[in-house]
Amino acid sequence: DNIGLARKPPFPWFGMDIGGTLVKLVYFEPKDITAEEEQEEVENLKSIRRYLTSNTAYGKTGIRDVHLELQDLTLCGRKGNLHFIRFPTHDLPAFLQMGRDKHFSSLHTTLCATGGGAYKFESDFRMMADLELHKLDELDCLIRGVLYLDSVMSSGPSECYYFENPADPDHCVQKPCTLENPYPLLLVNIGSGVSILAVYSENNYKRVTGTSLGGGTFLGLCCLLTGCSTFEEALEMASQGESTRVDKLVRDIYGGDYERFGLPGWAVASSFGNMMSKDKRESVSKEDLARATLVTITNNIGSITRMCALNENIETVLFVGNFLRVNTLSMKLLAYAMDYWSKGQLKALFLRHEGYFGAVGALLELLHPS
Amino acid sequence: MAECGRVDSNTSHTMDKSITLPPDEIFRNLENAKRFAIDIGGSLTKLAYYSTVQHKVAKVRSFDHTAKAAAGDKLYEISMQEEVTARLHFIKFENAYIETCLDFIKDHLVNTETKVIKATGGGAHKFKELIERKLGLKVDKEDEMTCLIKGCNFVLKNIPHEAFVYAKHADSEFRFQTTNPDIFPYLLVNIGSGVSIVKVESEDKFERIGGSSIGGGTFWGLGALLTKTKRFDELLQLASKGQHASVDMLVKDIYGGSYGYLGLTGDLIASSFGKSATADKDFSKEDMAKSLLHMISNDIGQLACLYAKLHNLSRVYFGGFFIRGHPVTMHTITYSINFFTKGEVQALFLRHEGYLGTIGAFLKGAEEDNPNQYSWGENYAGSSGLMSVSPDMNPMQRARSGTFDMLEMDRLERQLVNLPLLQDPSSYIPDTVDLTEDALAREYWLYCFEEALDGVVKRAVASQPDMPEAALRAEKFRQKYRHKLQTLRQQPFAYGSLTVRSLLDTREHCLNEFNFPDPYSKIKQRENDIALKYYQKAVKSLDELSWEEKQFALVRGVLAGNVFDWGAKAVSDVLESDPEFGFEEAKRQLEERPWLVDSYDQWLERLKGPPHKCALFFVDNSGVDIILGVMPFVRELLSRGTEVVLASNSGPALNDVTNGELQILTERIAAMDPVIEAGLREDRLLLVQSGSSSPCLDLSRLDKVLAMVVRERQTDLVIIEGMGRAIHTNYYAMLSCESLKMAVIKNSWLADRLGGKLFSVVFKYEVPAGKPNKDCGAFSPS
Repeated sequence: DNIGLARKPPFPWFGMDIGGTLVKLVYFEPKDITAEEEQEEVENLKSIRRYLTSNTAYGKTGIRDVHLELQDLTLCGRKGNLHFIRFPTHDLPAFLQMGRDKHFSSLHTTLCATGGGAYKFESDFRMMADLELHKLDELDCLIRGVLYLDSVMSSGPSECYYFENPADPDHCVQKPCTLENPYPLLLVNIGSGVSILAVYSENNYKRVTGTSLGGGTFLGLCCLLTGCSTFEEALEMASQGESTRVDKLVRDIYGGDYERFGLPGWAVASSFGNMMSKDKRESVSKEDLARATLVTITNNIGSITRMCALNENIETVLFVGNFLRVNTLSMKLLAYAMDYWSKGQLKALFLRHEGYFGAVGALLELLHPS
Repeated sequence: MAECGRVDSNTSHTMDKSITLPPDEIFRNLENAKRFAIDIGGSLTKLAYYSTVQHKVAKVRSFDHTAKAAAGDKLYEISMQEEVTARLHFIKFENAYIETCLDFIKDHLVNTETKVIKATGGGAHKFKELIERKLGLKVDKEDEMTCLIKGCNFVLKNIPHEAFVYAKHADSEFRFQTTNPDIFPYLLVNIGSGVSIVKVESEDKFERIGGSSIGGGTFWGLGALLTKTKRFDELLQLASKGQHASVDMLVKDIYGGSYGYLGLTGDLIASSFGKSATADKDFSKEDMAKSLLHMISNDIGQLACLYAKLHNLSRVYFGGFFIRGHPVTMHTITYSINFFTKGEVQALFLRHEGYLGTIGAFLKGAEEDNPNQYSWGENYAGSSGLMSVSPDMNPMQRARSGTFDMLEMDRLERQLVNLPLLQDPSSYIPDTVDLTEDALAREYWLYCFEEALDGVVKRAVASQPDMPEAALRAEKFRQKYRHKLQTLRQQPFAYGSLTVRSLLDTREHCLNEFNFPDPYSKIKQRENDIALKYYQKAVKSLDELSWEEKQFALVRGVLAGNVFDWGAKAVSDVLESDPEFGFEEAKRQLEERPWLVDSYDQWLERLKGPPHKCALFFVDNSGVDIILGVMPFVRELLSRGTEVVLASNSGPALNDVTNGELQILTERIAAMDPVIEAGLREDRLLLVQSGSSSPCLDLSRLDKVLAMVVRERQTDLVIIEGMGRAIHTNYYAMLSCESLKMAVIKNSWLADRLGGKLFSVVFKYEVPAGKPNKDCGAFSPS
């Protein structure tokens, strides 16, 4: 990594991904600081490091995902820990205020940022915090981040995993794997919306399509239907509900399987279809509605993904994005949908750092400009 | 999934249960009805039955020679005969009337052979008991999807302008597609409560290749939860008033503008309902409904495109209750398809989409009658036509409650196929001007047909002097046709693209409806008699001319003969006031060369070359036109060694010569003219019916026998004569062989439009491009 050593950027090292709903921030905390370095280190830099590493929550909404922290990582010749932090995009002003209070701009660092917010809030960074953003394309960063995190040798659990026996709820278990020889790969990023990329190599990819029915839709509809206000609340309700009271199944229409077309009775014929009836609208719970919303959005992403895989002739599908955070329900549904409708042809893979790849990609851009 | 049966029971309570039309005008011809089928959906019932209609037809019969003296000078006699034809009736009404309707049918059903009624649709089981009790028929359920596909194939094959593209902001909302004889393969996306995506490869081969649970039921169910609005129609109304950008997270909400790198515009929806992920804000019902509509339409459009791409299909039809004539959903689906395919695939909709299930169920029950063996035609007199449900388009149509929609189809006696000589059947459009799009022309022609109505009524009565009730019937005809014209003024797209041809055809259908099969029969008879007297003289004077003079005189003869036309107002006035209006007078009226369209020199040059193998001549009027204009021309072709196929109408239309009449006329001419006589005897002159009963000509719907003859005889010249066949239609028709279009413009408005004047001449001789005529002596390729 000599080239990296040669033009090592000054600390602090950040990578940032400003999405429609969440801001994702990765921070590299050097652990190999020499005494000499420590002496030279300006107070502002120390204060930032201390603030970020000694807390797990920042302000009202900022959270450090401690379980995702990567320790003893060698990055650009330096050893340290990689921290993963997130906060809602609507709290960006508070973040900028903090940056200003901590005199972030005095450190003369380059702030690499990706996601739409890097463009939308560029002038806010300049005006409020006196910071210049180095703007990066989100899909470039995403792919770079995915490939990097899968490749780093880390003492923790494997980055990549899949579900064994997706068709059998009792024996459906998470199994580790690696992304060796992953190409061609269908990369499905489920954030507020969904982007689907066909990746042929690190530098060769295309955006196949996208859908507006994503994580933002799940949360948006849940808020309207149940009065909840956070993703965690919505997921919690979904885990307790029963979607079959809300959805109309094939068996509700045909009394069983629709054999003429090979449709099993349990398949959903019409999402929210039972809600056409007044009586049924009155008998469902908020939990049922949350569950139905989750199932609807997840299955729809599954169908579009499957069609793209067929059209692009790709058999490996990698699902990422913050919609999958603490959302085992959706991951199992996706794993099952891929397996069932493709008759075992398609394999669904997932990554531990669900939504942070864009930010990681941005950080890598800081260290190894492409 | 197809349409769902269990629908909010509240939807029907508020409905007015009175029927606004007398039931006998809806369930017509019930006394002969057999083979019933019913499709009961979530809110609408569609009933189908087969019936026979007895109506009068005019027949001509030659007097035999011995009786000739007794019959005076008349060449043939005309008699009215009763004829029975088959008709399919399809009626659509709200489920609320089902009981009333069943009662009415029970009371009027005479035919006792009928034992079963084919049923389909989600609601069929719910009403099974009621139907069996009321009608005493056994309900026999048929698979929904199979019925849907069968129905879809049937309408695509038999109804011209069945499919259309929807364009919300265009001059005319509906852009009808030309009927492609080859309808397979196609994709049908049926949006009921869920979505079924079906690939149809042939009459019997189709496969459900996919679907989605996000469909009409999702819009309705989720919409009802979000807005507390119960009815589907009301939800659509809400959606049409909303602003989705307050609920949806757009690309510009994330990027501040567009995502230029990927070419995603700022207004694109990045996350549906992405802005409603908050507890402390209220959203309007309209905005939520709109966002939901976009979400569902985009999703269905995207999946449809992915399936179309995977299976390499470019024709995608959308149907189901989500679509059913709703401009809002047709617009959003169209938008989605355009977005996802970048315009490569067009979203297609169907005029009779609501009837597919019942048509299919009916066909299943009628398999032993082989309905697919015949050609069928939409009867404009008995069919309601496509209604705009767009409230701003047509406020009076909004109150749909209590109205019945009807589709009637006549079985055609002849099977209809393409003229094998069309250059590109899939792009052939018979009509020259689309009045749906040309508002000025539409205004003029609607006015013109309304003006002419008195004359038509008068002639209809005069054609049946022995029938005292003819006046009353004629009055009913007047009302019906006037009402049709009014409807077309409001909804020019009711029967597909509005054209002069469709206006003429609608008039013929209405005349037939009231038993005026041939109002011009007596006039044609008289004119034929008079013209025949001059035939020999005309031929003799032509034979005295030099070759070149003769060719020109023959063409002028056809053109002058074509001036005699009761269908054109300018001429019918003259004919009415001066029945002796002569052939010579007509020639004097003709425009001098150069004509408005004039390729006579090329034609003459061509005549100097070798003769054509076989000429197909689509003839126009009776009397002077056919006898003194066309026949001498035909005689010359025969003399040159060219075989001639004379194609004339199967049934009457205005004063056009029918095949029956032409048979008699030709025999008579043959008796006077050895050339014609030899032509008939040696089978070099053939009289074949066109399969049409229209003053215009649709070359994609011609008698199968004619097509066969054309192919067998290796026809290399097509001659089309007259304003209806060569100007209103086929003016731009591209043929794969030489063609000659001849007409005199007998309408000053049309003449104006074409840059000419009254009695301007169109003489259009064309040789297909890229296919230099190797027979032509003028240049021979080395």
